[in-house]
Amino acid sequence: MTATAVDPALFTSIDPPRLAGSRCANCGTVTFPVQAGCAKCTGTDMEPVELADRGTLWTWTVQAFEPKAPYRVPETGFTPYGVGYVHLGDVIVESRLLGDPAGFEIGKPMELTLLPLWTGADGSPVVTYAFQPGGED
Amino acid sequence: MSSARTEVSIVGVGLHPFGRHDPALTGMAMGARASRLALADAGVNWADIGYAVGGSNVSGKPDTLVSVLGLTGVPFVNVRNGCATGGVALATAANAIRAGETDLALVVGFDKHARGAFAASPADYGHANWYAETGLMITTQFFAMKDRRYLHTHGLKDELLAQVAAKAFRCGELNPDAWRRTALSEDEIMRSRVINPPLTQYMICSPSEGGAAVVLARGDRAADLCERPVGLAAVAKRTRRFGSFEVFAPWLPPETGQSPSVDAARAVFTAAGISPAEVQVAQLQDTDAGAEIYHMAETGLCEDGAQQQLLDLNETAPAGRLPINTDGGCLANGEPVGASGLRQVIDIVLQLQGRAGARQVPRQPHIGFTHVYGAPGISACTVLTA
Repeated sequence: MTATAVDPALFTSIDPPRLAGSRCANCGTVTFPVQAGCAKCTGTDMEPVELADRGTLWTWTVQAFEPKAPYRVPETGFTPYGVGYVHLGDVIVESRLLGDPAGFEIGKPMELTLLPLWTGADGSPVVTYAFQPGGED
Repeated sequence: MSSARTEVSIVGVGLHPFGRHDPALTGMAMGARASRLALADAGVNWADIGYAVGGSNVSGKPDTLVSVLGLTGVPFVNVRNGCATGGVALATAANAIRAGETDLALVVGFDKHARGAFAASPADYGHANWYAETGLMITTQFFAMKDRRYLHTHGLKDELLAQVAAKAFRCGELNPDAWRRTALSEDEIMRSRVINPPLTQYMICSPSEGGAAVVLARGDRAADLCERPVGLAAVAKRTRRFGSFEVFAPWLPPETGQSPSVDAARAVFTAAGISPAEVQVAQLQDTDAGAEIYHMAETGLCEDGAQQQLLDLNETAPAGRLPINTDGGCLANGEPVGASGLRQVIDIVLQLQGRAGARQVPRQPHIGFTHVYGAPGISACTVLTA
């Protein structure tokens, strides 16, 4: 069944997963997600850009306790999950991390993937983006 | 101190102890209690107050306090700047005195938080719902990730976090008003429940309840009201600039910027004409143990990486060369967000007046510093002198 994005604005494509950002036409700053103004030069001429799908881990932690709402607990119940920032070259993106935290290390190569969150109203899986160790060329 | 600039002094302080209290006791009642204690400490009445500023994050509109304290018609400003609320409220009141609106002002903060980590609304911070629903919008994650990045960048070990927390609880043990008054070993802290690695349960402060208030006076009135007034040499507040690593940020630029704490601290030291090296007692935002570590460097009190040696030599304890958070800080008192920054100011005032009891810094300090930091990237600092 086709997956549905938790927020369509995050993606340029779901299959294969690619993230949607914006680039400032004036100073080149790249943002994620898309935003209407530039945080650096205050310009408002922002162009859509597709972000790299590989990068390196910049920092990380594990969410060990169940967060309060508006976090949505998965149908299978809460299990601790990884969270980190991944350096994609033009921008550093915050993301859920997949895989064993024992393998998380600053500087480690990471690749973009999808994470099923819950079942949508139409029965299709609702997904968000995530990064997992891997992607060395 | 230039004569063109009106001096402002702190002439009274009042604290409703932080912690967990009777469920029926409201945040606002704790704010009222702290206000009355501060007024009594200054020897003035609520009717003498010509300007009031109050801060609360979740426990109601502070200006409602007039219905409890008295309907005197006083101008009352509400402040809601997250963890930096106390510092911003203080700055607002001091500026009212400097602008000639009053010669006597009350600043009050209070909050009564539910147990457990804060649940933030994405819309309040300009984010779409996905950011919170997918589990990325949790303050403690940010603390852990900023800590890990800082420790990694400066070659510091995770155990330094436990050293800071152990120092906080030793200070709490000496402070009759502290919430957590039991000393814990570094080993106990390291082995406690993991919250967000590298942070364990005792390395993160808990939301709590409490109230704090101070009375400010124009400098020329201070000596009449207080045996040992504490001068508010300077106060400064800043928001974040491009490139600083802040809470609730879905992205960062690859270029590194400095945090608002760097900007606010530089501004306050410049305005006071005092250098960070002259500070004899300090209060730093220690929402988690790592925050105290990097705030030591961001405010200019030490170099990046020098924290290990300072902690190893116990220099940040009350008897050390650079006492930090001598009342136990947020780690030992918890954080009622609206009151927390004023608790810091009260601790420094008591230290500068020689009234800090068992935690008193032994060589009487004359120059103090406070620093708050809050979401989504704001800081307020003061330099206090006596």
